[in-house]
Amino acid sequence: MESIAFRRKVADRTMKLLFLIAAILVVAPLFLIFADLLWKGAKELKWSLLTDLPHPVGEPGGGIANGIAGTLTISGLAMAAGVPIAVMTGIYLAEYGKGWLASTVRFCVDTLAGVPSIIMGIFGYVLIVLPMKRFSAWAGAAALAMIFIPIVIRTTEEMLRTVPHSVREAALALGIERWKATLFITVRTAWSGIVTGILLAMARILGETAPLLFTALGNQFWQSHLDGPIAAVPLQVFTYAISPYDDWHDKAWAGAVVLILMVLSISMAARFFTREKKWKT
Amino acid sequence: MENMNNDVLKISGLSAWFGSNQVLRNIAMNIGRNTVTSIMGPSGCGKSTFIRCINRMHDLTPGFRLSGSLVYEGTDIYGERVDPVALRRKIGMVFQQPNPFPRMSIFENVAVGLKLNGMKMPKSELAGRVEKSLRMAALWNEAKDHLSRPGTSLSGGQQQRLCIARALAVEPGILLMDEPCSALDPVSTGKIEELIEDLGEKYTIVVVTHNMQQAARISDFVAFFLMGDLIELDRSAKIFTNPSDKRTEEYITGRFG
Repeated sequence: MESIAFRRKVADRTMKLLFLIAAILVVAPLFLIFADLLWKGAKELKWSLLTDLPHPVGEPGGGIANGIAGTLTISGLAMAAGVPIAVMTGIYLAEYGKGWLASTVRFCVDTLAGVPSIIMGIFGYVLIVLPMKRFSAWAGAAALAMIFIPIVIRTTEEMLRTVPHSVREAALALGIERWKATLFITVRTAWSGIVTGILLAMARILGETAPLLFTALGNQFWQSHLDGPIAAVPLQVFTYAISPYDDWHDKAWAGAVVLILMVLSISMAARFFTREKKWKT
Repeated sequence: MENMNNDVLKISGLSAWFGSNQVLRNIAMNIGRNTVTSIMGPSGCGKSTFIRCINRMHDLTPGFRLSGSLVYEGTDIYGERVDPVALRRKIGMVFQQPNPFPRMSIFENVAVGLKLNGMKMPKSELAGRVEKSLRMAALWNEAKDHLSRPGTSLSGGQQQRLCIARALAVEPGILLMDEPCSALDPVSTGKIEELIEDLGEKYTIVVVTHNMQQAARISDFVAFFLMGDLIELDRSAKIFTNPSDKRTEEYITGRFG
């Protein structure tokens, strides 16, 4: 008897330890990457990185201010176009979508979500860059939106599905029109989850490089209009990292730190939105 | 003429099906103004289906169909020109599980029906309507100091009274209650029963219950359903002391159900 109990205890502890180790293996790289970035980027991590334009090779100093502005511009454009479309499609799928049309839409969205991001870049290149005959922020934003939209559609749909049926029933029984009940009650109930989905998708597109390579292209100066090539932090990191110059390598590390901090702060904002309010009764 | 004034709801020949499964058979019943009528019967007798026919909650259920006539204050509930949304404002409903809107405060839960139904009114009037509804639902004293807290922060019984206040806020002509106490503890149940008795003086209420004692305590009239048939409808006192049908007698004496 006792030996069985003992064996069970050992098995239980062993499994628990294995689960814990797996979890640590997952989390550890995040810290390693961040520590490594900080270590290697330390030389270039100074205030001017955020405020200055890039300097030519060999000339000390310089920053990635135009890249930060460009990344925010392109992502902002992608979101401005993507949020309404994606959220409304998510609402359609969760609240109205039945039959073949909904399953077709759902299948297309899933497929779109799985398309490699470089292909989204080609999409932007063929559909916008070629006809307009120039690289532009518009093209970059379009490519990013194509990545952003399917993610947000799926999270919106899933979040709306977590709203209990009883909530919709209660709204119906109050004599509230369906579209109003959907927008002001069901969507509101799931709102923090939907916003979290939007933020996580934003974090995802902030760091995308491939779709921007032949859409936004990147440049070395301030871009005042959306109709021409525009810089982006991931593009700058990419350009600096593959260059043969040591001082550019340092800037690539520092740029990577900036990028990861941007993503991290958005993830933290997402956590903030999902946080349940605590109430004392 | 007298009948028209006294009966809020007239039902005749009501049959209902889910697919090929008939769940209600030829129900005929009138509901008098400002009375509390209990719909009583064992599980699966069709009492919830019945009550949901009255405010057309089955409209979106695939495979549901019904025949017969339901007339509310002279309007055919299933008439071609009747807007079910407008109808449901007149016929309020409280559900088995308390279902306050999550992420809405106590105040918003009560006010939302008024707001979303497009009733424009000054803030002070809205606050007045919310207070009146909460008072009617006997929740005002407990909730008045934390109207901005989420509705879901209340206890189960309080949540159910909040749902009653929410339903009353849009001033329906009838209040339907689908087993409003079956998810609540005895103390909360007592409070809701008391509330139903009080509301019954000014409101027409139809309550589904499988609890005989509850039906006896709160109602003026009791309808006994069995297997989709309305077996007997009579004054509460009559049903519980001297039922006309043997099956009613068997049910209330606990021989089945």
